[in-house]
Amino acid sequence: MFSNLANLLRYRGLIASLVARELKARYRGSMFGFFWSFINPLLLLLIYSFVFTSIIPNEDAKTRPYALFMFCGILPWTWFATSLSDAAGSLIAGGNLIKKVLFPAEVLPIVNVLANMVHFFLGLTILIVFLVVYQKMPDPWDLVWFPIAVIVQLVFTTALGLALAALAVHFRDIRDILANLLTLWFFATPIIYPYFQPNVQKFRPLFNVNPFTHLAISYQEILFFQGPIGHWKWLLGLGAASIPLFLGCYWMFDRLRDSFAEAV
Amino acid sequence: MKAAIELTNVSKVYRKYSGKQFSTLKSAFLQRSILRDLRPSEVFPALTDVSFSVARGSTCGVIGRNGSGKSTALKLVAGITKPTAGTVRVDGRISALIELGAGFHPEISGRENVYINGIMLGLTKSQIHSRFDDIVEFAELREFIDAPVKTYSSGMYMRLGFAVAINVDPDVLLVDEVLAVGDEGFTHKCLDKFAEFRRRNKTILLVTHSLNLVEKFCDDAVWLNNGRAMTHGDPKRVVGSYLAAVEESEEKLLAETTARAVEDAGRKGREGREGEQAEERAADPTSNMFQATEGRWGTREVEITEVVFSGADGQPAHIFHSGDPMNITVKVRSRQAVEDFVFGIGLFNAEGVCCYGTNTYLEEMNPRRLSGDADATFAIDGLDLVEGTYKVDVAVHKRDGAPYDYHRLLYTFRVKSRVHDVGIYRPKHTWRFSPNVVFSRDQG
Repeated sequence: MFSNLANLLRYRGLIASLVARELKARYRGSMFGFFWSFINPLLLLLIYSFVFTSIIPNEDAKTRPYALFMFCGILPWTWFATSLSDAAGSLIAGGNLIKKVLFPAEVLPIVNVLANMVHFFLGLTILIVFLVVYQKMPDPWDLVWFPIAVIVQLVFTTALGLALAALAVHFRDIRDILANLLTLWFFATPIIYPYFQPNVQKFRPLFNVNPFTHLAISYQEILFFQGPIGHWKWLLGLGAASIPLFLGCYWMFDRLRDSFAEAV
Repeated sequence: MKAAIELTNVSKVYRKYSGKQFSTLKSAFLQRSILRDLRPSEVFPALTDVSFSVARGSTCGVIGRNGSGKSTALKLVAGITKPTAGTVRVDGRISALIELGAGFHPEISGRENVYINGIMLGLTKSQIHSRFDDIVEFAELREFIDAPVKTYSSGMYMRLGFAVAINVDPDVLLVDEVLAVGDEGFTHKCLDKFAEFRRRNKTILLVTHSLNLVEKFCDDAVWLNNGRAMTHGDPKRVVGSYLAAVEESEEKLLAETTARAVEDAGRKGREGREGEQAEERAADPTSNMFQATEGRWGTREVEITEVVFSGADGQPAHIFHSGDPMNITVKVRSRQAVEDFVFGIGLFNAEGVCCYGTNTYLEEMNPRRLSGDADATFAIDGLDLVEGTYKVDVAVHKRDGAPYDYHRLLYTFRVKSRVHDVGIYRPKHTWRFSPNVVFSRDQG
């Protein structure tokens, strides 16, 4: 298993070019091409802005503008959720490679996670532009935590992506279960409502069990809320837990590896 | 010489797809047995105890019928799947021409796909860069290299895949029936490339149905049958024993289909014997000669009980080699003695063209008496037909054509030939030349 993990480093060139291909191919043939990576989040942000200023005006000064607050959680969530659903289908979609070419299968879900990370970064630039426009400049010291949050999320997402990819080969229903589970998970995470809301606090232990709660809160504190990061212990804790999770998921992936060529 | 590829007692068992996949998730969770459930329940042995080795620098052909495990063997050597038992050892870098262009992305250009495909096959970016022109040149795709791959024809797609894979410069090249890809010219180019590989002492493992290629090109051959290695060694000998086995099973199949045809026609004939149709047919047997569908009709006063094809050795057979002797024996049973009878034979090729037809009346044999169980043999000294499947009419009828028993296209035999000449009839022939016409011994 560890030699396979080490091999993964050797494949970084392959992973890089596959990520590039994924990004290029996604918008190939469309008129705006790569700009869709900006247009999509921009439109989403405009819609939220309209809804939360004109239709349901936000009363709480702390979370104003509400659309930006939500956006801080939605962007990483989109990365997370899309990565998982892409990864779950990755081995099946890449069946040709696994069956016909000597190909390190774990590259496929990893490429999905990384390609979605690039989209996350592109969406982030839109967010930053709007943060500047609304004069919500994040504290520079807070920003030190940003790469840490990204790395934690990357490890966590990759771990789950590997596990889902391997299992989905054998249990195709996982992809449908996952789609529903992700919707549930989205609403169970303080993304479109703030964590400090009294109703959320009532169920606090439950929210704390949800790993994405800590990622969402971390991003919100880093990018949106003023003041020092109060949630860093949880973030680091999640990071520490993600490493054994990753190893466990990778171990399972490795165990199932030989069955892929036949089951895909 | 050291072996480049070595298979030792290799077995591969596949799980049969049973459609039970949807219930397994539940049971997997209930019994906490995800890993155990992935053990195959119903299995299919694709390879059983196969051992062979390919020496470094030699070319080995793998032949066998469809489903005999050839591709599985190749995948095992390529490392794409793992053997269930036994060991596979390969020395050196492998490139597998199994599925050409697997991993091409349809939306991006040929150029980008060459890079990504090359990286997948283990090249570095700079290596691909230096070989890029060779690859494009070989694939004959210079003008289209910047078009997205989805716009390529299947031939272009395959050529590009082949060009990338062959330029990986492997020590061991695995080829799975890919020479059927391009036109004649491209096939020759591929063969030249293989020849170059051989000269550079690389090892090639070739799966193909082209027995000519194996005989001409390979140092060694393996014949797989139902997942077992039947013979291994000199390609001529292996191809020979493979062909013999194919013939044997074809023989069996032909015997079965003939028996079924006769039985069907017999049943239909009895049902329709009193029908108007039968009488109409009986009225004009010569026009029946050109009726395309098989069948059986007649009064059955004299009944054809059996038709046997046999070769020179007298053994019943359905497969003959062009030029071999062949006997068609018609066994009949006459309920009472008849004095008016004609035996007739007609040979048709697969398109329904009558190759030859005759009867005892046309050949001016005057019938005297036929009674009880009797037989008539139509002996052919040399079956001078080209390769193909032929059908036979046999009939016993009166001189005026009224049939006792007419068997229409019920019997099938096959003619085999190593020479792929065309037409129907092959006259016995030789070629003679003046001394200034020279041929080389070696073909192709």
